[in-house]
Amino acid sequence: MKSLSSALSFNDYRRKLINYMMIGLIVLGAFVALAPLFSIFYYVIERGYHNLSWTFFTSLPAPIGESGGGMGNALLGSLKIIGMATLLGVPWGIATGVYLSEYSYGKSSKTLRFVIDLLMGVPSIVIGIFIFTVVVRPMGGFSAYAGAVALAIIMCPIIARSTEEMLKTVPIHYREAGLALGIQRWKVILFILVRGKWGAIMTGVVLGVARISGETAPLLFTSLNNQYWSGSLKDPTSSLPVQIYTYSISPYEEWQMQAWTGALVLIIFVFLINLVIRSFFSNMRDSRD
Amino acid sequence: MTNLVEVNNLKAWIGEQQILKGISLSVQHNDVLAIIGPSGCGKSTFIRCLNRLHEEIIGARVEGEVKILNENIYGSTVDPVRVRRQIGMVFQKPNPFPSLSIYDNVAIGLKLAGIRRKSALDEVVERSLKQAALWDEVKDKLRMPGTSLSGGQQQRLCIARALAVNPPILLMDEPTSALDPISKAKIETLLQDLKRYVTIIMVTHNMQQASRVSSKTAFFLLGELIEFGPTEQIFTQPKAKLTEDYITGRFG
Repeated sequence: MKSLSSALSFNDYRRKLINYMMIGLIVLGAFVALAPLFSIFYYVIERGYHNLSWTFFTSLPAPIGESGGGMGNALLGSLKIIGMATLLGVPWGIATGVYLSEYSYGKSSKTLRFVIDLLMGVPSIVIGIFIFTVVVRPMGGFSAYAGAVALAIIMCPIIARSTEEMLKTVPIHYREAGLALGIQRWKVILFILVRGKWGAIMTGVVLGVARISGETAPLLFTSLNNQYWSGSLKDPTSSLPVQIYTYSISPYEEWQMQAWTGALVLIIFVFLINLVIRSFFSNMRDSRD
Repeated sequence: MTNLVEVNNLKAWIGEQQILKGISLSVQHNDVLAIIGPSGCGKSTFIRCLNRLHEEIIGARVEGEVKILNENIYGSTVDPVRVRRQIGMVFQKPNPFPSLSIYDNVAIGLKLAGIRRKSALDEVVERSLKQAALWDEVKDKLRMPGTSLSGGQQQRLCIARALAVNPPILLMDEPTSALDPISKAKIETLLQDLKRYVTIIMVTHNMQQASRVSSKTAFFLLGELIEFGPTEQIFTQPKAKLTEDYITGRFG
């Protein structure tokens, strides 16, 4: 009896030890994953905050050699391009997601899903070149429009797949309950399923907007850059990522510091989009079932 | 007496598999028809054929005739949406629509059919919730989400939702099998009241429920209708040996 209990207590000890070791490994893993994120925050804030001032948001870039200046035009340009891309990409993405989840079966849906996954994996620079060929050249120049189309194409598959996944979590009997009430199929989808999952679908939208906010490569080919307030959406338009890129590869230290501040503003911008959209839709809680 | 529902030689398939092998029966006004039989015998498929929900399954097919008020609902010009407006349905699992309030869950059938007048909707919501014996429990929290209710209340909410469009027929697919005994008893009591307004066709696994609630009983086995008649006769003097074996619990 004694040997049994001593054996048990030894096993207990060993089991607890392994348990603690595993917890330690998990915490370490989480820390390793988060460390780069926080070091990026730290680095960007440390280098960027010097130039962060009201004028950074309101004024044009200063000529070389002059201090001061800002990225007002790039910020406005980004807002224009991202705004238009969102108007284009969100309805398109949600519609594609609804189609994938509710209307397509068999081979056609498999093909479409494969194509969308492929589109998600296409390097964004390729999309930039594509839009350069089909929009920029026929239109005769770089424009905010072209940039928005390129970003919408990047955004669409992200939103489509997340919308599809969210709708698929709704059990079939909810669709049947709607149909059994004599409601047309499209109304069941729009006013019961999509509405019921609106908060979750918006999370996909946030991901999409956040993703395109930092895209640089496709904008180099489509909206290019501009040192002035661009009046028309048909003109080349400055954007935050392209401006950061231009400044950071320049040999001038003032510009490089400006690029850090731009990066900080970009991070804050993405953070704010997340916050605003989430708080806006958080009162529309989705049910778990 | 005219038949409210008349089913003639109804056959149904999913893909290659034949689920129903020629069912014929009829239901009169204010009947409560209980459909009993072991799992997989086609009970659910049968009632899903009555509101043309079966065809929503990929690969599903139906043959035969279902007449509701003397109109074949499988006629080539009949719109399934119109058929379903005349037939309410309650499912096995309570499924109030997520992110809709109690009020909207009841009103949605009418709202999406284009009725906007608030006084009309208020009236229907109150009437339906009273019919479903839920009004007293929820009248002060109509704006709360439907999913905030307990399971039994949710199921009564689903009954109210189905009744809101004022259907002459109510289909129920094992409406109490996912509920606790008290909620189950409440719904059974409710069914006694409901049969004054609607004709009920329900699938049940529970013999006692069938004998307590229904006026007619149909026994299904492997896609065939073995016996159909007044509940009392089926439970006391079944004509078929299979029915007797099933009711007395010798198989199934």
